[in-house]
Amino acid sequence: MNRYLVQRAGFALLALAALVVVVPILLVIGTIVVRGMRAINWEFLTAMPRDGMKAGGILPAIVGTLLLSVGTALVAIPVGVGGAIYLSEYARDTWLTRAIRLAIINLAGIPSVVYGLFGLGLFVLFLHFGTSIVAGSLTLAIMTLPIIISTAEEALRSVPVEFRTVSASLGGTRWQGIRNIVLPQALPGIITGVILGLLRAAGETAPILFTVAAFYLPRLPRSPLDQTMALPYHLYVISTQVPGMPAQVQYGTALVLLALVLSMNVVATVIRSTFRRRRQW
Amino acid sequence: MDEPKIRIENVSYFYDGKPALRQVTLDVPAHAITVIFGPAGGGKTTLLRLINRLNDLVEGTRMSGRVLLDGEDIYAPGTDVAALRRRVGMVFALPLPLPGTVRENVLYGPRLAGVRGRTQLEEILVRSLTQAALWEEVKDRLDDPANALSGGQQQRLCIARSLALEPEVLLLDEPTSGLDPISTGKVEESLFQLKQRYTIVIVPHSVQQAARVADYAAFFLRGELIEQRVGREMFTAPRDRRAEDYITGRFG
Amino acid sequence: MNQPQRFRWAEFTIEALIRVLGFSTIGFVLLIFLFLLREGLPTFFEVPLGNLFGTRWYPTFDLFGTLPLILGSALVTLTAIVIALPLGVATAVFVREVAPGWARELLKPMIEVLAGIPSVVLGFFGMTVIAPLVRQTLGAPTGLTAFTGALILAYMSLPTLISVAEDALDAVPKSYRDAGLAMGATQWQTIWRVVVPAARSGIVTAVMLGLGRAIGETMAVMMVTGNAARLPLTLDSLFRPVRTMTATIAAEMGEVAQGSVHYHALFAIGIILFLMTFLINLAAALTIFQKRRRGGLR
Repeated sequence: MNRYLVQRAGFALLALAALVVVVPILLVIGTIVVRGMRAINWEFLTAMPRDGMKAGGILPAIVGTLLLSVGTALVAIPVGVGGAIYLSEYARDTWLTRAIRLAIINLAGIPSVVYGLFGLGLFVLFLHFGTSIVAGSLTLAIMTLPIIISTAEEALRSVPVEFRTVSASLGGTRWQGIRNIVLPQALPGIITGVILGLLRAAGETAPILFTVAAFYLPRLPRSPLDQTMALPYHLYVISTQVPGMPAQVQYGTALVLLALVLSMNVVATVIRSTFRRRRQW
Repeated sequence: MDEPKIRIENVSYFYDGKPALRQVTLDVPAHAITVIFGPAGGGKTTLLRLINRLNDLVEGTRMSGRVLLDGEDIYAPGTDVAALRRRVGMVFALPLPLPGTVRENVLYGPRLAGVRGRTQLEEILVRSLTQAALWEEVKDRLDDPANALSGGQQQRLCIARSLALEPEVLLLDEPTSGLDPISTGKVEESLFQLKQRYTIVIVPHSVQQAARVADYAAFFLRGELIEQRVGREMFTAPRDRRAEDYITGRFG
Repeated sequence: MNQPQRFRWAEFTIEALIRVLGFSTIGFVLLIFLFLLREGLPTFFEVPLGNLFGTRWYPTFDLFGTLPLILGSALVTLTAIVIALPLGVATAVFVREVAPGWARELLKPMIEVLAGIPSVVLGFFGMTVIAPLVRQTLGAPTGLTAFTGALILAYMSLPTLISVAEDALDAVPKSYRDAGLAMGATQWQTIWRVVVPAARSGIVTAVMLGLGRAIGETMAVMMVTGNAARLPLTLDSLFRPVRTMTATIAAEMGEVAQGSVHYHALFAIGIILFLMTFLINLAAALTIFQKRRRGGLR
């Protein structure tokens, strides 16, 4: 057989594989958008749930997820960016540095439900935070760290080493070079990483199962030590734990969660690409 | 001769155990241009970066010997490295403007050094750009991004940026290697003006340039200082055979 | 022009803080392991080993056999990788070697989107759309089967698999391709006989990372696998309900009394999961480190 015919067939097969990967993605998003749109209205987004969550809105879940994201950011950004600065600007190639890298890879690989166990053991019980926004945010923050650290480190490292040398040659200390030149230049990349990390946190269910999430709490949280509903857990609850739940409410909740996460994804992508186009080096 | 501005005393230097400088001893006189030249890989850049301790940033290096500035060992423990680098400025082979405007580039050093007064900063800006023979060309573009300038202008901007700190010594590492002949001429011209006030150590990018600017010259080969002379003598009557071969273009 | 002394103090503090933050990740890993041990180790004293590695998980009757859960996880995860590996490698090869620019520009963001879809959303989609399909196709009593879980898991591990495999293909020197083509091979032959074999170890890394991701996946799996803790040893197990380690923890932790045997047992499963993913990621990391040293990857 003609080997160019084989090549043609082979390439077609590869393209088919790519289609098999992509089409279901479109299907998932399409289905959820089309079916979920019917549920979305002002009340759904701004009201408390009623009738055992079968009617009314999902406001407490939306607010809960936003609060958890803010709490996660408050912890994960300073720790993650600080860690990235250490790895990119200060760490020398020693066994200790390698241990840190190994720890990051390991953190990235720990199952989300194990983070949930850890959060339960340390924050909820040992530190007596109870099932609370604080406990949930801390758990999510640690889970988010590896994403933020690795993207932020990459952004810092992509700033040309010459800028640091020039800054030093002009009497700048290492930290002054980082603060005045390296950080501002790496900022868009760091922001992208932070968004990617928070997006992951906002969509996670398992880590908040035992640390913060309330099954049904039709009011807004009153303090950081309060429980709260959250979108991902709410979707889990109404699709598996409550019999007779109208599909419309389920799809509506799924759509709100998906829209939240994917719009953050788009923001991250836009920041990254404008940054690549604009940068001066 | 007076007390030298810089004295390099028996300095050896290693990258990952590989020698880059071997027992170099060299005096650099004040208010003159000292040229350090020789074939690539001779340790010229390393020597330059030792004088303001920029090589501190490189991992896996080892040094022996002393470097004295005005008789004081700059590698002595407790030395304020940032303050040292303000006294010993450096211009690199490629124009490396920092991100930001022309003004921000020139004032980067003074601002880090704690200069705050608006009028004082303005004075520094005008003085250093003038000394670098750039003022006339950029006086209307002070708030343009520095990398919008031409290559030659960028390199003079980098010189101005070093001069803004009023250093005592100016180190230049092949400052004209990326420039066209006209820009090169302008940079060299500004060097002649500058040597009245500053001690200049330059690694030239060609023997011709070395001959044009040298008051004193030192020839380096494979990490060793081979010959050290007053500039005119070096380029008309070198004593060492290898220096002569290099100057006349027989190798290099 | 000397710095005021106070300023340097601020800098000293910041740099010290950065160092602490740099090392914090090691602390977190240790802390996680420590608390898993603290809550999980008592199991090994409370439950005889024979029971613990027995075949029946009925906590109400004090039966804590983890075998069905471990095998359940293994079945779902391995099936997922069997599905994902050919798809992922083919897609990576397509994106890197064959696809025209516009297709690449379209595919990459789609795959990123897939990586961003929350697990619970995929689980929900699996429950409401995939499971009925599976049930009809198989004529089975339920569509919530190990296979349904594996299918969803395969797609969830695809983004990791594809991007790491792409990096591996990317690291193959262009000269290899040129040599292949210069010897008269078609592009297709060059890809399969030269490029992919050269990227093999990177692809193995990709599979390991995908495996690590899949074995720890919780919500989607819990929602679509039917959660029956039975030993998946018969041939048709793939098309029957199954229960994984992650799903067991997630489903039962909410209902147990703190400090009870059941509670400790769930943490013990957590320890097993932690160790498994740790070993998988360690192996993957070692291959990446080795590559870096040889200058292969990047």
